[in-house]
Amino acid sequence: MSEAKIELRNVCKRFGKKVVLDGINLTVPKGESLVVIGGSGTGKSVMIKCVLGIIRPDSGEILVDGKNVLKMDTGEREKTLRKFGMLFQGAALFDSLPVWENVAFGLIQGRKVPRKKAKDIAIEKLAKVGLGAEVGELYPAELSGGMQKRVGLARAIATEPEIIFFDEPTTGLDPIMADVINDLIVSSVKELGATTLSITHDMASVRKIADRVAMIYKGKIIWSGTRAEVDASGNEYVDQFIHGRAEGPIQMEVLKP
Amino acid sequence: MNVFAIIGRVVLSTLAEIGALSRFTWNAVSHVVRPPFFWRLIAQQMLRIGYFSLPVVALTAFFTGGALALQIYYGGNTLNSESIVATIVALGITRELGPVLGGLMVAGRVSAAIAAELGTMRVTEQIDALTTLSTNPYKYLVVPRVVAAVLTLPALVFIADIIGIMGGFVVGTQSLDFNPGVYIKNTADFLKYDDVMSGLIKAGVFGFIIAVMGCFHGFNSKGGAQGVGRATTNAVVTASILILAANYVMTSLLFAN
Repeated sequence: MSEAKIELRNVCKRFGKKVVLDGINLTVPKGESLVVIGGSGTGKSVMIKCVLGIIRPDSGEILVDGKNVLKMDTGEREKTLRKFGMLFQGAALFDSLPVWENVAFGLIQGRKVPRKKAKDIAIEKLAKVGLGAEVGELYPAELSGGMQKRVGLARAIATEPEIIFFDEPTTGLDPIMADVINDLIVSSVKELGATTLSITHDMASVRKIADRVAMIYKGKIIWSGTRAEVDASGNEYVDQFIHGRAEGPIQMEVLKP
Repeated sequence: MNVFAIIGRVVLSTLAEIGALSRFTWNAVSHVVRPPFFWRLIAQQMLRIGYFSLPVVALTAFFTGGALALQIYYGGNTLNSESIVATIVALGITRELGPVLGGLMVAGRVSAAIAAELGTMRVTEQIDALTTLSTNPYKYLVVPRVVAAVLTLPALVFIADIIGIMGGFVVGTQSLDFNPGVYIKNTADFLKYDDVMSGLIKAGVFGFIIAVMGCFHGFNSKGGAQGVGRATTNAVVTASILILAANYVMTSLLFAN
């Protein structure tokens, strides 16, 4: 295994009495794609937000390129954040800005690229995700869900980040569009040579974009291995999840009628 | 249920709210003075907060000035009412009614709009997206609104002063048969620089309250459409109450001697 790009050591987070992350240990090697699978409400999103510094964990260490981001001052932290790009579950496009400005946002605000040049780059990135220049002039509300996701992907790769996070990249899309997004993720990540951390519960997506897979359950990583090992993990939690069975060790908190 | 437990819970949650608000306000203020500055956004917000509030504030001031003139005339001594009406309208509008009613009207319009906009950005993860695009949400969202409100509210109130006095003038000369020349002379003789200035200082403070309350409740809204609705209501209610309270404190300080 090559050197670690991101490393989480014993990260804990609770909201009130509810323990969301219960000692997460996770390593993402440089240049690899790690996909974290797990059901709803198992702490996947909180984990990613901890790495981004949007949520502060109660204890533990988060290392990016070997440096603990939780001990950094604001300036250093902002510098580290420039290495990141993220595709949000609902795309999270700024609806007050046209599409091209959404894609160019990180360039204009974060890197001080002149607007005109940033627009050219934005149009080029939109082309990479299969959208024409005319889409750039539209507003996010005028786009379909699949197009919004593609714009979100273009925005995430526009600054050519070293690390990209994907939060449920295929949720809410039809199977064909989901596959298109998966292909785009694979191709754009390969081109950038980026390290990626994704969270999803879509197994088709896992099989397409993952180098390694980890499963989170009740705030802990309970299994990890390569993509090929998922189907023969010998772990009954993983088996239940990838085959989508209601019966098994994972009990949903649903009252039986 | 235990009464003390309820009291304790209310006290604790109130203290937590005050703490959160203080921290938010401090963050907002500290980012006002630190670069980068988003001039474009400040200008845009000045247009939205200031210019588009003009009709509301102007109408409020006009009718208030007119009603004030009538009240003083009916309630006062009719012998010297000609001088009293002009004086009290001028002082009442510039010192109290202009800033307070103007502030309240803008609070209803602007605090609500800010809270709804930022609240929607929060629940659709747009505020988190800003962070991942190396843009500080305080700088990008909060500072332009606060700066714009603090700068434009005094201007709005200054216009409201003029229109309010005009309202009194129109009612005085049209329905109370005052001499226009005498009315203007009385207004000019009694109105001092300090009267207008105290109102404008108040307006600046009210502008700060309006923007901070809108941003604070928007920023902290959660739970979808209902949460955004709650944030909007809370923003208007707290802004209005704080404006009235701050007005009392400032009146007692500014006019103590």
